[in-house]
This record gives sequence, C-alpha cells and structure tokens, in this order.
Amino acid sequence: MDKENNNERDELLTPGTAEPVEAVNEEAKPQETAETDQPQETENLSDRVKVLSPAQLVARRFFRSKLSMIGLVTLLVLYLVCFIGPLFSDMDYKTIDYNGGSSSQSTEITYTVDGETYTMYDITYTESINLKAYPSADHWLGTDENGRDVLMRVLYGGQISLTIGIVVVVLETLLGVIMGGIAGYFGKWVDQIIMRIVDIFYCIPQMPILLICSAILAANEVNGIARIYWLCLVLVFFGWAGTARLVRGQILSLREQEFMLAERSMGVPVWRKIFLHLIPNVLPLLIVQMTLGLGSVILTESTLSYLGLGVPIPYATWGNIIQALRDFTTLQYHFHIWGPPGICIMLAVLSFNFVGDGLRDAFDPKMKK
Amino acid sequence: MEEKTENTQESTSPVPPKKQNAFVTNAKKLFQAGIPRASLQDYDKTPPTEEELKENILIVNHLKKYFPVETNLIGQPIRYLKAVDDVSLRIPYGKTLGIVGESGCGKTTLGRTLLGLYGKTAGEVYFDGADITDFGERQMNTIRKDMQVIFQDPYSSLSPRFTVGGIISEGVAVHKIVPRDEIKDYVMALMERCGLQPQYYERYPYEFSGGQRQRICIARALAVKPKFVVCDEPVSALDVSIQAQILNLLRELQTEMQLAYMFISHDLSVVQHVSDSVGVMYLGSMVECGPTDRIFENPMHPYTKSLLSAVPVPDPRRKKDRIILQGSIPSPANPPSGCRFHTRCPACMDICKEQAPVYREYEAGHSCACHLYPQE
Ligand SMILES: Nc1ncnc2c1ncn2[C@@H]1O[C@H](COP(=O)(O)OP(=O)(O)OP(=O)(O)O)[C@@H](O)[C@H]1O
Ligand code: SF4
Ligand SMILES: [Mg+2]
Repeated sequence: MDKENNNERDELLTPGTAEPVEAVNEEAKPQETAETDQPQETENLSDRVKVLSPAQLVARRFFRSKLSMIGLVTLLVLYLVCFIGPLFSDMDYKTIDYNGGSSSQSTEITYTVDGETYTMYDITYTESINLKAYPSADHWLGTDENGRDVLMRVLYGGQISLTIGIVVVVLETLLGVIMGGIAGYFGKWVDQIIMRIVDIFYCIPQMPILLICSAILAANEVNGIARIYWLCLVLVFFGWAGTARLVRGQILSLREQEFMLAERSMGVPVWRKIFLHLIPNVLPLLIVQMTLGLGSVILTESTLSYLGLGVPIPYATWGNIIQALRDFTTLQYHFHIWGPPGICIMLAVLSFNFVGDGLRDAFDPKMKK
Repeated sequence: MEEKTENTQESTSPVPPKKQNAFVTNAKKLFQAGIPRASLQDYDKTPPTEEELKENILIVNHLKKYFPVETNLIGQPIRYLKAVDDVSLRIPYGKTLGIVGESGCGKTTLGRTLLGLYGKTAGEVYFDGADITDFGERQMNTIRKDMQVIFQDPYSSLSPRFTVGGIISEGVAVHKIVPRDEIKDYVMALMERCGLQPQYYERYPYEFSGGQRQRICIARALAVKPKFVVCDEPVSALDVSIQAQILNLLRELQTEMQLAYMFISHDLSVVQHVSDSVGVMYLGSMVECGPTDRIFENPMHPYTKSLLSAVPVPDPRRKKDRIILQGSIPSPANPPSGCRFHTRCPACMDICKEQAPVYREYEAGHSCACHLYPQE
C-alpha cells in the first residue's frame, strides 16, 4: 500500500506535469524583455513591476534620504583625504619645521693684556623652529606649538582616529555577536550567566574606568604603537555589552517567530538555520548599531587622547591635536591649530550618526517604499 | 545520596516517599519542579499492536505539554500551564482528523508537540510504524520531511528575506527530494498546482496577500512529499471564497498524494466538511473523539453538544435548542478540579467537581470523557 502511495505522489509532482512548467518558462522569459519593448496589454499589471529584493529596497530608501547621503559623502571625503592626502606631501606628522628664520649675533669683546689689545668675537648662530605659524603656502593650516605641520597632523591623525574607530567597532561587534548569539540561541543558564555579566558591564561607569586603564598603561610605560593596540582592546572590552544585549534580544524574538519553527519542522540543519536565517535577520540592526558605534568610539578615543591618556604623542590623533588648547594663547590666537581637528571630529561623528539613522529608517519595514 | 534513592523509588512506583521532617520537605519544595514525577506516569504504558501501527500513520498516547509559567530563583519551574494534558489520538493513513475547540484550548500546542516542535512533557508518539517518543533532534530531522505543518499565521511563518522559490525549495534541497538541477522545475510545477503563478518564484513574501501566502505555506509543506500534515487553522485568516478554494486544494492534494491530515480549526462547519473523524478539545484535554457523522449527529459530551447547538442551522424547521454556555473559559494555568468543564456544564453533578472522568471508548472509535456515561 505504501509503495502505491509513493508512486502516486511522484506522478503528481515530477515530470507528469512537465508540460505546464515549460509553458510557464516560455511565458516568464518574454515578459522580462517586454519591459523595453512595447508593453503587452494582456499581461497582468502587477507582473511587470520590477521585483526588488529586500536589500534593494533598503538601498533605495537609504539613497533617497538626503541627510544620510550628505553623511555618506562627507565620510567618503574624510577617509579619502586622510589616507591619500599625505602621499602628496614630503612632510609627515612628526616633521619639525626648522625654518623659523635664523639670526647670528656677534659680540665683540676687547681687552688688553700686557699692553696688547685682543679682540674676541663671540658669534651665536640661532636657528629657530617655526612654531605656531599662521597658515601659509608652506603650511596650509600653519604649524603647531612644536613646529609640525597642522594639516599633516590632522590627516595622519584622521588615519589613526578613523582606523581605531573601525577596528574597535568590528571587534566589539564580533565579541557582542558571539556572546549575544550564544546567550540567545542556547538560553537557560547560559543566557542567565552571560546577561548578568552584561549587566555588570552596564553599571560600570565607563569614563573613570577608561581613565584608570589609561593611567595603568602609562604607569607601565606602554608607549608608542603598543599603547594604541592596548587602547583598542580596552575600548572593545568595555563596548561589547550593548551589542551582546541587542543580538540576544533579537535572536530570542527570532527564535519565537513561526518561520524559525517552520525551518525546524522542515528538518533544516542547525548551521543553515544560524547562517541563512538568524544572522541575515540580525544583520540590519547590527549594521545600524555599528555605524552609530563608530561615531561614539571616535569620540571616546578623542576624549582620552585629549586628556593625554589615549594615543601618545608624537602620534597624532584628532584628540591629541586638540590638546594644544591647554595653552591659553593657543586657544585665543591660534584657531588654526585646534579648529581643524575639532571640526573633523564633529564632521565624522555627525556623519556616522546621519548614516546610522538613515540605515535604521531604511531597514524599518514599516517605512513606505 | 539519599535523594538519588528516593528519585528512583518515585519513578518506578507511585508509592509516596517516606516521611521526612518538615524543614527538609519545605526546602525541597522550594527547588523542586512543580510536577510530582508520579503524576506523569499514572497510566499503564501499552505500546500499540502491530496491526494498529500498520493502520495508523500517527498514534499518540497520553501526550502532555506543560509550559512553565513561574520559576524560582534558580530558574526551575514551580508552576505550570497545562496546555495539553493527557491527549490520546490516532490517525489512519490517508485520513483526516479534525480538531475543534475554543481559542486557547491547546490545539496549536497539541499539533506542535506531536510533531516534536515543542519538547513534550510526557506521552508517547508513534509515527509511520516507528516509536519516535525518544527521538533526539538529529533523528527527528531524518523523519521531519514526512510530517509537515501548515502554520496558523501565514504572515509570520514565511522568512522575510527569502524569495518564494527559496522558501519552497529549501526543504527540497535539504532532503534531496529531486536532483539539484531539477529543483526549480519541480518547485514551479508545485506552485502551479497550488494556484501560484510560477513567475512568482523570484518574488518576496511581502508582496503577497494572505491567501497567496497560505498557498506558499501549503506548497512549502507539500514540496517534501510528506505523508502527514498538521494543518493549523489554514483558512481561519482568510475570507470565505478563498477558504473554499484552499480547502478544495487541500482535499485534492490529499487524494492525489494519499496524505493524512490533522486539521485544526475552531470552525465546526469547516471541520465537518473535511474530516473523517473529529476530536473535541477543552482546556488542554480531549473530551470527545469519534467519526465525523457520529459526532455531528449523536454527540455524547455536553461540551460537544453545546458547540454544535451554536452552529447556525440552515433549515428553520429543524429547530434546535441552543445551549448557551455560562461563564467564560477558565485559565489553563489554573484549571478547575475534577472535570475541567464542570464550571460551565449544564449537566454538572457532584462527582464532576471532585473526580476527573475517564476518557474511554464507548462505541467503535467513539471516545468520551464524562461522568454521564459509565466509567468502567
Ligand atoms: N510558548 C508558550 N509558552 C507558554 N504558554 C503557551 C505557549 N504557547 C501557548 N501557550 C498557552 O497554551 C494555551 C494553548 O495555546 P494554543 O496556542 O495551543 O491554543 P489554540 O487552541 O491553538 O488557540 P487558537 O485557536 O487561538 O489558536 C494558551 O493558554 C496559551 O496561552
Ligand atoms: S463530567 Fe460532569 S461536568 Fe464534566 S462534562 Fe460530564 S457531566 Fe459535565
Ligand atoms: Mg492555534
């Protein structure tokens, strides 16, 4: 009896109905080209509407929003200028300009010994550093208090600031996704433990802890590039909790969705469920979170560097260039030193936020096409 | 050490554990799961005979699904919602069992639990001649293609980031129903069969109406050539004309593919139309189950009678006494003692409030749980 059933089933679903399939294929093809040719009257109108995948819809909504486009263009310009600009100059972030003008001074000392007169010439030659120079053809944004070109420092600083932003956000997202994913997927006590850890991270006041960490780094004489790596790690360590919470919540709610149950009832293997169904559905939120996170990481890094606890001098970042503000005369008379990095920070953070908001709106299915 | 010995004692015999001092028992209560072990195994485990297995694609014995509703500090459940409590049923090959009952009586939970989508609290399930009671996730995956489900809500049961083709062909690819290069043709033929234009293959679910989505769900379930499908109110979200189309489609497919259905609905006329036999659920348990014409012509249980009397009758001369149920359906988290229906039953007796009636067979294939009928 069972075999009979199977045969009948096969008949229905496989080649028995091959004819309509082919007819269908014929029908479907000319319809694509019909868009460019004259429209066919007989066709159902809705069939000619171009099919958009969800990703295309999102892109379309995103590019339609002016603010996010402004943000995107600004960011592109910032990145391009910071990474390509320095190639056209022979200076870099630590070149000091010694052309502050030279002067020689000679003093003549005459004295007599045993009736003879001697004359001594004491000549001092000073070569001064060209510091706090106002913008000129050589230094488009002038020089800082150590005679380094401000433009170069801003560009190199941008390289570090923007890179730290990306590295930190990517790492913290990875950590967050892993932790949140484990918590959400396995639930129960695993979830309890991870979420309590997240809670603890949430109630730690970030700034003071970051300051302490930086102080520890400084005390241990971690300097130079190593200090930058450590800074990244510290920022990651204190940044993943938010992402973990987000991912966990998302996965918990996705797990309850009926289409996940449908996957289960289909006997789909676990990896397929995770990579084809869970992650693509978490991705939109993650992208938004990452974009907004980039802005705040840049801000935190700048603050730390400004306080002298972040990226150490002579490396430039936007934050530690603004450190020049500590000097009152600089604040008052040398806007060209601290203004540009400040504006860059503002532009970058604002743009990331614009893009993030734009993405969020674009991903929101409730928004109109 | 002591606890260990006690546990084995409990699971093997329903003899109450030896007395302990109050402090220990109280402390235990705090950490103990709310169901005493003995109550889960309060029946004789009788495996179905060879013959029964050959006849029925699905046999369910004493199935229970309790959802934890309250947990203690360390996350162990202390109170349960008995969404499905001691349900037994069987479905012969190629036949349809209709399940009716008010909203919230556990129909969906029953369907999902017997498919292994929810872990069951207790009970046995035999499917297609095999005992799948203790199957793990991996073993279940091998038989999942034979038992499919059409979900109640056609909106949330389709993955929003997949095309219709992707959704329907996923199971086909995973279970290698047809060779890889034939999948597209196969799926398109099936879509055509289910009343979907094949050029929808590359479309996304958001572009479709409820009825079309329901057809996508049907196509997805049938694409893996199942033998048994749980249809969880497949038409209740649709308007009447589309309901009829979908029902006819399901019926045609049933005869073509020799499918067995479990057809869940709260619409009695729909159930009467499609089912060979009908089970009536109330608050998580089956109160009556029998062949469709018997249930509709000669219902035994007072709840079934009241449900039937509420169905509008087209013939005005055939006047029916409508039985209006009093009160509202009690919460399954806190069901009444004795017969669960006693708070609303027009024929309630004293014994009903204390003692739960036995669910037993009175005529061939017609079972009922009510004190109005002989209990032994
Ligand atoms: N995952 C869950 N966790 C806790 N309780 C649940 C869960 N799913 C269902 N329930 C409860 O179990 C009971 C039965 O629910 P179920 O969805 O099976 O009802 P139903 O008969 O399908 O109702 P409807 O006709 O409205 O679909 C309800 O009281 C519901 O609140
Ligand atoms: S057992 Fe008693 S209360 Fe329950 S349905 Fe029968 S008569 Fe009514
Ligand atoms: Mg339901």
